[in-house]
Amino acid sequence: MLKLDGLEIRAGTFSLSADLEIERHARIALLGPSGAGKSRLLSAIGGFITPAAGRILIDGHDVTGTAPGDRPVATLFQDGNLFPHLSAVENVGLALRPDLRLSRGDRNAAEAALDRVGLAGMGARKPAALSGGQQSRVALARVLLQGRAILALDEPFAALGPALKAGMLDLVAEVADETGAILLMVTHDPEDARRISRQVILVADGAALAPRPTQALLDDPPPVLRAYLGDARRPG
Amino acid sequence: MRALTFAACVCFAGTAIAETPELTVYTYDSFVSDWGPGPAVEKAFEQTCACDLKFVGAGDGAALLSRIKLEGERTRADIVLGLDTSLTAAAAATGLFAPHTVSAEFDLPVSWADPVFVPYDWGYFAFVHNADLKAPANLRALGDSDLKIVIQDPRSSTPGLGLLMWVKAAYGDEAAAIWQGLADNIVTVTKGWSEAYGLFLEGEADMVLSYTTSPAYHLIAEDDTSKAAAAFDEGHYMQVEVAGKIAGTDQPELADQFLAFMVTDAFQSIIPTTNWMYPAVTPEDGLPAGFETLIQPQTALLIPAAEAEAVRDAALAEWLDILSR
Amino acid sequence: MAGHPQPLSPRPGIIAALSVLAVVLAAFGAVLWRAEPGGGPGPADWAALRFTVLQAVLSAVLSVALAIPVARAFARRRFPGRGTLITLLGAPFLLPVIVAILGLLAVFGRSGWLSALLGLAGLPPVQIYGLHGVVLAHVFFNLPLAVRLILQGWQAVPSERFRLAAQLGCGPREVWHLLEWPALRRALPGALAIVFAICLTSFAVALTLGGGPRATTLELAIYQAFRFDFDLGRAAMLSCIQVAVAGVAGLVALSTLPEGGFGAGLDRPVERWDGATPGARIIDALAIAAASLFLILPLAAVIAAGLPGIASLPPPVWRAAGVSVLVALASTVLLLSLALPLAATIAIRRRGWLESIGLLGLTASPLVIGTGLFLLINPLTDPFALALPVTAVVNAVMALPFALRALVPGMQDVLRGYGRLGLSLGMQGAGFWRLVVLPRLRPQIGFAAGLCAALSMGDLGVIALFADPERATLPLQVYRLMGAYRMQSAEAAALLLLVLAFGLFWLCDKGGRSGAEA
Repeated sequence: MLKLDGLEIRAGTFSLSADLEIERHARIALLGPSGAGKSRLLSAIGGFITPAAGRILIDGHDVTGTAPGDRPVATLFQDGNLFPHLSAVENVGLALRPDLRLSRGDRNAAEAALDRVGLAGMGARKPAALSGGQQSRVALARVLLQGRAILALDEPFAALGPALKAGMLDLVAEVADETGAILLMVTHDPEDARRISRQVILVADGAALAPRPTQALLDDPPPVLRAYLGDARRPG
Repeated sequence: MRALTFAACVCFAGTAIAETPELTVYTYDSFVSDWGPGPAVEKAFEQTCACDLKFVGAGDGAALLSRIKLEGERTRADIVLGLDTSLTAAAAATGLFAPHTVSAEFDLPVSWADPVFVPYDWGYFAFVHNADLKAPANLRALGDSDLKIVIQDPRSSTPGLGLLMWVKAAYGDEAAAIWQGLADNIVTVTKGWSEAYGLFLEGEADMVLSYTTSPAYHLIAEDDTSKAAAAFDEGHYMQVEVAGKIAGTDQPELADQFLAFMVTDAFQSIIPTTNWMYPAVTPEDGLPAGFETLIQPQTALLIPAAEAEAVRDAALAEWLDILSR
Repeated sequence: MAGHPQPLSPRPGIIAALSVLAVVLAAFGAVLWRAEPGGGPGPADWAALRFTVLQAVLSAVLSVALAIPVARAFARRRFPGRGTLITLLGAPFLLPVIVAILGLLAVFGRSGWLSALLGLAGLPPVQIYGLHGVVLAHVFFNLPLAVRLILQGWQAVPSERFRLAAQLGCGPREVWHLLEWPALRRALPGALAIVFAICLTSFAVALTLGGGPRATTLELAIYQAFRFDFDLGRAAMLSCIQVAVAGVAGLVALSTLPEGGFGAGLDRPVERWDGATPGARIIDALAIAAASLFLILPLAAVIAAGLPGIASLPPPVWRAAGVSVLVALASTVLLLSLALPLAATIAIRRRGWLESIGLLGLTASPLVIGTGLFLLINPLTDPFALALPVTAVVNAVMALPFALRALVPGMQDVLRGYGRLGLSLGMQGAGFWRLVVLPRLRPQIGFAAGLCAALSMGDLGVIALFADPERATLPLQVYRLMGAYRMQSAEAAALLLLVLAFGLFWLCDKGGRSGAEA
């Protein structure tokens, strides 16, 4: 369970408040206009931004001051999810040993995770030798192995084509189900939200609202979302 | 048994070393270098003194004096070797030096009666050139000629300061005019002797400020007769290099012994072909073959040590003024 | 980034900065404490300051300006021997001053090769002595450094950006505006500051090629105060002026460093589609050829002068070579342990002024630092016992600014590109150093280490007060051989020094770049 308790994020003129709870096994999309603070909210949950006020509780533990690596949160960023100088299996192995002193067992587990995301036999390759979709899969394999309570996705598949992205999202949903993690996913595309998230947190006008069922929200969007969705649908 | 003997020897040797008195001599760097007099002097003195002679090198003569001033009363030096007459007054004024007890017949072109400092070698400054060059007869003629010369900066180099004193000693109030004459002959001014001499050897100038003894090196060590020193008729300025005993030394007898050794043949015969200067006391066997080919200036110029500092400061101001234009 | 969690702690870097500051301040303090109060700077000192700053500004601007086309050519071209040529062009920077002067004069002097050529055409010899000679020599020394710093700035641009530019149909002009200029903007201020700082303490080069006391620099005035007047107060005061000028220059330059970078790439080899036009090819070929001639001819003179004597080098020279290599290695280890944490702190805190601390050691007169350390150590123990450690420390401190300039931009890119990822994986401190920083920064670390090793071989911090006669370094032996009239041996020893310094540099630099794109 994730609880944002009176959370305030500020940076210059930007501010965002969040006061909400997310149940275990939830799959949630963060929707809202550009610049509303979706990524910042994810960064705060991941521990990369220190909030100005409030607390972040995961399964009842206050992690507000906890280092990112010590939080039960696995984050996939828009880019830079892999170290270019490490092989695929090493990138995955980091999930088990941040110092990369991998035992044979660790290595096998990493290879197995790569198998699971459809990259069997590609463990020795460096990221530059993998396609964009394959790179995303390596990152997912690592998330799978991390087995964290929260899986935070900051549009990691934005650069992939629609078919590839849909495939990746399905894979993410499977990973989340396998690990039992809460899935938090920033997206601009309501179709992404419909595809895998059961609930949506609307981030707009300086606040992140409590999660609401995806279907109901998208079928009858509140004004702010309607304006945004309208924008999003306009060609160009 | 053998091991025991060995151990005993080591112990004995150890105590022997511990009891060997150590004499520390501060000197300029080129004296202690592998190609200077230092190694041979150390060997020769240690054969007579049952002591350990330790040389400490510190830049050049002026840097040596700075170092002694820096260390003051706490200096580790027992002897300071390598000051010259432009520095001895300032050195004596520190009160760190004690009078010497050496009496010797010095073969210097000037009389020597300093109670504190003992000379060990001397030389004349001179402009060195290739032997096929028709050298001018004096500094004035040099100034009138088209010849290119390299000199050293008096602020950072002993020969550079020597030339300053040379012009002043020979021409007095006319020194400024001489420098004005020389100004267009000077290709450049270097930090030290090595740079200037190197530039000359590379062909950057027709003449370089050095010593009358410089051609002796090329002749004796390289069998090369192509270098000569120009004899100037107004006379040549001298450099007399001296050593003195530190008053606070913990080895006063050994220090006296070293100063006395310094004017013997054992030390003096090392000087000509390592320091390339004239020994202060000509050894019994005379000077090495080749030294007889060197020019013999008719007049030896030397400003007394007591006046050197005052003359120096005025001359430097004049020099800077003329050459900075 | 300030205030956000970082995978590296700024604390070790702050400790390193404070240590450097402490060494410099303690040395200054010791000199001042020992000095008698003196007057302020006189007219001659102001004249020295004016000349010093003038020649340093000209040297810095010209070195960096000329370095731009050369670095651009190297960035755009791939040809066999390119890496070797880049490394080789760094050699002038490593030469002992006196050797470099003789090499330069063999080419540009009154009886040099150029004058001989002019003579064939019936023209008078080159007039090298004067302000232009000083600047020429400083450009000779510093052009290679400027080229490397700028080249590194451009190589920090990931290949993906060039691919994008090519894909958008950008020609040389557009690539210049989009990628090269922004990258250059990041490299220029540091390069200018560092060359300025180096030239600020010039003394023998400025005097010799400046043609006389007109070319009196502050460092010469400091030298004079020390050995001629024994006026420690004046020496310290002049040194303070020197440090202040460098400090202001460093602050001005480093505070103009723009934020932002080019993001992380995937280590794909850079391909430059923008340099394919015939015009660009000709310009690049000319730049490389001109720079190579300018830098390699004097080196060739040094090599030609040294070769005949190399077989008959006396044993003390070889011994000294051993001592120098040891000192160089110790300096390098020390340098990296200072520079890496400090670079991390600068990258985390975005504090340009921290980098100016690095400039302190370079611009504080070696004479003042040496004397200060001597005054501190002498009452405690025999300075000779600490001769080699002190030399290693001083060399490391002096090489610090070069190392920082090489490391900081890369460190910023690493933290920006991989800091969050490292954090999210729980990599902290040592783990992040080992797995991310060291592998990502290997080329820069290799370059910095090589530079420090080579500079230590050339003995940046010649400290006469600590020169133990029994453990002479190779540069000292070169000077001694010259002082003993042994010009040929001196030139051979200088060649040995050049080979060793260059060898160390090549090993480190190559080690850093192997497997990666040069």
